[in-house]
Amino acid sequence: MKLSISEKFRDPDLVRSLVEELQSWEKPVKLMEVCGSHTMAIGHWGLRKLLPSSITLLSGPGCPVCVTPYSVIDSIMNLKDVTIATFGDLIRVPGRNGSLEQSRARGLDVRIVYSPFDALEMAKKKETVFIGIGFETTSPGVAYTIKQAAEKKIKNFSVLPAFKIIPPALEALADDKDVSIDAFILPGHVSAILGSEPYRVLSEKYRTGGVVTGFEPLDILNGIRMLLRQIQEKDPRIEIEYKWVVHKDGNPQAKAILDEIFTVEDSLWRGIGKINRSGLTIRDEFSDYNALKKYNLTLPEKDDFDKGCRCGDVLKGKIIPKECPLFKVKCTPENPIGACMVSSEGSCAAYYKYEE
Amino acid sequence: MCLAIPGKIIKKDKDEKGIVDFGGVEKEIILTFVPEAEIGDWVLIHTGFGIQIISEDEAEETIRILNEAFDQ
Amino acid sequence: MKNERITLGHGSGAGLTQKLIRDVFNKNFKLPTLEDAVVIEGDMVVTTDAHVVRPLFFPGGDIGKLSITGTVNDLSMKGAVPKYILITYIIEEGFLISELKKITESVQKAAEESGVSVIAGDTKVVEKGKADGVYITTCGIGVLPDKIHLDARTIKAGDKIIINGSIGDHSVAVINSRENFKLTGIPESDCASLNKLVQKMLKAGKIKFMRDPTRGGVATVLNEVCADTDLGIIIEESLLPVKKEVRIVCELLGFDPLYLANEGKLLAFVGQEAESVLQAMKEDPLGADSRIIGEVSAETNGVYLKTSIGGLRPLLLLDADQLPRIC
Repeated sequence: MKLSISEKFRDPDLVRSLVEELQSWEKPVKLMEVCGSHTMAIGHWGLRKLLPSSITLLSGPGCPVCVTPYSVIDSIMNLKDVTIATFGDLIRVPGRNGSLEQSRARGLDVRIVYSPFDALEMAKKKETVFIGIGFETTSPGVAYTIKQAAEKKIKNFSVLPAFKIIPPALEALADDKDVSIDAFILPGHVSAILGSEPYRVLSEKYRTGGVVTGFEPLDILNGIRMLLRQIQEKDPRIEIEYKWVVHKDGNPQAKAILDEIFTVEDSLWRGIGKINRSGLTIRDEFSDYNALKKYNLTLPEKDDFDKGCRCGDVLKGKIIPKECPLFKVKCTPENPIGACMVSSEGSCAAYYKYEE
Repeated sequence: MCLAIPGKIIKKDKDEKGIVDFGGVEKEIILTFVPEAEIGDWVLIHTGFGIQIISEDEAEETIRILNEAFDQ
Repeated sequence: MKNERITLGHGSGAGLTQKLIRDVFNKNFKLPTLEDAVVIEGDMVVTTDAHVVRPLFFPGGDIGKLSITGTVNDLSMKGAVPKYILITYIIEEGFLISELKKITESVQKAAEESGVSVIAGDTKVVEKGKADGVYITTCGIGVLPDKIHLDARTIKAGDKIIINGSIGDHSVAVINSRENFKLTGIPESDCASLNKLVQKMLKAGKIKFMRDPTRGGVATVLNEVCADTDLGIIIEESLLPVKKEVRIVCELLGFDPLYLANEGKLLAFVGQEAESVLQAMKEDPLGADSRIIGEVSAETNGVYLKTSIGGLRPLLLLDADQLPRIC
């Protein structure tokens, strides 16, 4: 049987060879996998146990659900007589008054969609609000959906914009004196859209290197190997391991529609705080499709979260989940305090599921 | 951060949509971000959208280099 | 919590369901077992089962067939020969009688094929909007063959774990038709009665324990066994039967097939006679793809999956159903 492309990147013999080489690494290094799907893949394949203790993998802020502030959940719950369409990841995220799943138990019409385009279909039957979370991988599809709604004059549809953009968050991490990260395992699918150029500031200004890495076991191990070489050569730079998907310039069509529909604004990251120019909102020309304007909702400037929750320090890579006093004690997937525990790829949930 | 999986385009419509085969499972996908993708091309799919064309050659090349490095 | 309400997670068969049984039901009942079937009067097994599938008709089955196969399988997992079914319909006002006929024909067909008789029942109708079409509950009665006594506490380190075929088919078929993901090429539900297969297995060798990995899937059952025995379990990813199409849907929606529901699968814990039991299973049409997927271990606590690239991943008990995710 012919192997699929993905399967070729799961070859156990090559995995073994790469692991053997990585095992000989002695100098302690901290690598941050920015992307939640990397965290999941590392857990899924049991990769952490294959690496030597000198290599520490930290989970970064790359799970859009985890960095979405309380206030987004809280404000959407106030909407009555609309269908709330969301990706499944979000419905167990706790707001101050519980999660969307719990609100559904109290009668709120919450539906899970696979694609934002499915939410537009729902709007044909009933006023629908789509919760616009996600990074640059996801936001172009939502932009396209808004554009279609405008072209087809579908008035029943709007998006609550809570999109985040990745490079400013990485720059904030690289700039944070308390955070010691030797190099970044950069997100593969965000980079399929963005390309690798936006990360150059990390190596040029902050001397922190990065490798845009794919999600199969060989991709991840190879990405780590490339980062170690950079560290050994003391030459931080931005490289692409995931060459079969990512180009230096990314996807021009997707970037163009992002620019057409959205505009950059300062944005609040749960647990991290406000990061300048790190979010996307809907341009005024399309404000009919902006749920914040349509329903007169405001998102607060600040987000205070539960006492003791160290989500922010986890997201910044300052501590690993089990160093948080709430981890497994007060905060579990069944009863999550911080959002890092909610999404199954949240740093704490992935750690709870795969590492404990 | 974003689940995306490869699929092969088996049908393409004029209005930027097409059918993608994930290896036995098929689904209609919006191909507006990969206008140059042809039938037979592999594309990476996320939330119902093709987000990038996959280069089989680059994939083979990465594997070849790794094999060479480890003499397999 | 005073204002805590039931969410869908409480019906998932996973951690939240167990919590509900612990905190609410068993506070009052003091059940002799938390399983869904129980041996009474020495050689009788009774079970009760409720069926609330949406959509009512799905590829590979419908709520009628499911109500029989589910009940038959619960009895079979105790080693019993299923004999009688009592059935109750709770029907929503406005439901089409033609659909009810179709469902009932399906009940009867599944009962005949499984060799059980439907011997009594009840009907209730509730106001429009107070139920979702039709719900079915059943009571099943079976008889234990001589000297058959399955008990998780007899499981020992080194025992093999056998499954009778591919996992996740039912969940994927139902989710695809319910959530309108519009995927084509999806396998049908594996919904089937396992009583004939089970009786062949019992003749072929000593089975220590069996469970059908329905809601919560294989990983949940294995976790329950670990909790009951204080032993560990290691299964191997490369030995797990997962259909290619199911694997793809899992990758597309972010599911783990080990936590998906099955309606025609069983997990058997067998000691030295594992090979002969396996051979007998393979001769049955519902066991053609049977295989050993792992074994019980005294070295670990909890359930682990040895991944196909040589890593080790703990398979924890989830609290609720997996949800489709994009991230």
